[in-house]
Amino acid sequence: MFSYCTEPDTLGTFRWFSCYLTTGVHFSFYWSFAKVLLLLAITAPVALAFGFLGAMAARARFAPLSWLGKAYIAIVRGVPDIAFFMFFVIALDQLLEWGRHQILCSDWDQAIWQGNDFIVCPQAKLPLSTAPQVVHETYGFFIAVFTFAIVFGAFAANVLFGAMRAVPRPQLETAEAYGMSRRQTFWHILVPQMWVYALPGLSNLWMVLIKATPLLFLLGIEDIVYWARELGGTKTARFTDYPHGDWRMWYFLVLLVFYLGFTRVSEVVLERMMVRLTHGQATTGGEAQRKAAA
Amino acid sequence: MKKLILGTAALALSAGLAWADTVRMGTEGAYPPYNFINDAGEVDGFERELGDELCKRAGLTCEWVKNDWDSIIPNLVSGNYDTIIAGMSITPERDEVIDFTQDYYPPTASAYAATSGDVDVNSGVVAAQAATIQAGHVAETGATLVEFATPEETIAAVRNGEADAVLADKDYLVPIVEESGGELMFVGDDVPLGGGIGIGLRESDGELRAKFDAAITSMKEDGTLNTMLKKWFGEDTTTY
Repeated sequence: MFSYCTEPDTLGTFRWFSCYLTTGVHFSFYWSFAKVLLLLAITAPVALAFGFLGAMAARARFAPLSWLGKAYIAIVRGVPDIAFFMFFVIALDQLLEWGRHQILCSDWDQAIWQGNDFIVCPQAKLPLSTAPQVVHETYGFFIAVFTFAIVFGAFAANVLFGAMRAVPRPQLETAEAYGMSRRQTFWHILVPQMWVYALPGLSNLWMVLIKATPLLFLLGIEDIVYWARELGGTKTARFTDYPHGDWRMWYFLVLLVFYLGFTRVSEVVLERMMVRLTHGQATTGGEAQRKAAA
Repeated sequence: MKKLILGTAALALSAGLAWADTVRMGTEGAYPPYNFINDAGEVDGFERELGDELCKRAGLTCEWVKNDWDSIIPNLVSGNYDTIIAGMSITPERDEVIDFTQDYYPPTASAYAATSGDVDVNSGVVAAQAATIQAGHVAETGATLVEFATPEETIAAVRNGEADAVLADKDYLVPIVEESGGELMFVGDDVPLGGGIGIGLRESDGELRAKFDAAITSMKEDGTLNTMLKKWFGEDTTTY
């Protein structure tokens, strides 16, 4: 990075650190923070959408749809995350490649499963093995987003399903009395009022999601915890210009600060959302707000 | 019509060849001197240099991929990369799931390292990386095995007293013991384990295996492999 970095072992502490902290690996570490934040920013709305669809399906009057929604919630909530992340992702990847294989390589005469091996024609590979590493990483990233969204979507579906039931029955009866259709009641009365019941559960999920990112390395994505462990590990002088002992404690301290800061900001934002959602609601919170204003 | 079919067949064939030319090399990146991440953030080490040379000799374009040790075999068989070149010893158990090339590193000596010389490695607590031949060996002795996901953590466990000793490839331990300033030392005799280190491949990938085998043979014959071994593992290392 800097011109004086060619012989780090001759430098003073400050300069040594200025070189050490700007090596290529450290930039990978810094970049991984952005990766994690981006993942959260995409996953949260997608998971919420999955949750909403799941909850809507679970309370549908058409029985098979309701079973589907309930099965999604029950199965995904019941499977341990780590098993889900190890096997679902490989299965999903294979499913996509299998589908492409059927379309692109109809004249392929070899078996797709040969013992343990899963082999599709080279054109069906996803991404193609000739694609640059960046494409592979981006693909892995979106597979990860999708997997996170399915897992957290199931929990969100359960929270929203409960929240929809928690909206006071008289509210819906009034809507019906005004002649609103079932659909109108749902979108104009039920949905706006349910968020206040859903928010505590959803905020828990958000906090868990923030801290679940180390699961990413199972999917081959190098997240902040991976890099902290890698960079903090003992480095001997034979393999690096910056030998040091076991510094994992310091790297994890940085992560601790990051996670605490991030969850703190989330708490503040969620609290504000809660205040806004409570406004005018038929809950004790809404009543307290009304009295305070009056 | 016949020409057309022949033409498409030729096209498909040549396309197939072009596709197959990029070989994705899977490694762990956490096991110096075999493979590690250098200051620039790239895969480096003995296997990087060896792999690049093998690809050159076999006329392949190679790309390096990092993968967690725990899921390194499942991701190979499901086709996310084409080789495992990660200091993986050839064992009968692994050979049932994947195939190996001939060894490019002679059967390794594993060694115990500890903070004091009077540790009994057959009855104490011994750390090893999970799913390695060393972990398998410790489980067979009378010692209590504690497993860790990365090699780094096995060393840390000995330093902080969680384990009495660590069993790992001697080549991995040598630089660590040398630079520990007397804190760590080798105890007991070296343990010969495994059938050498080879490149792991899918069982159905016979063609690629033949290419790598030929390249390894040529490197053994002209002595470049020995030079490389000495460069990374020191003058006293076993050579071919």
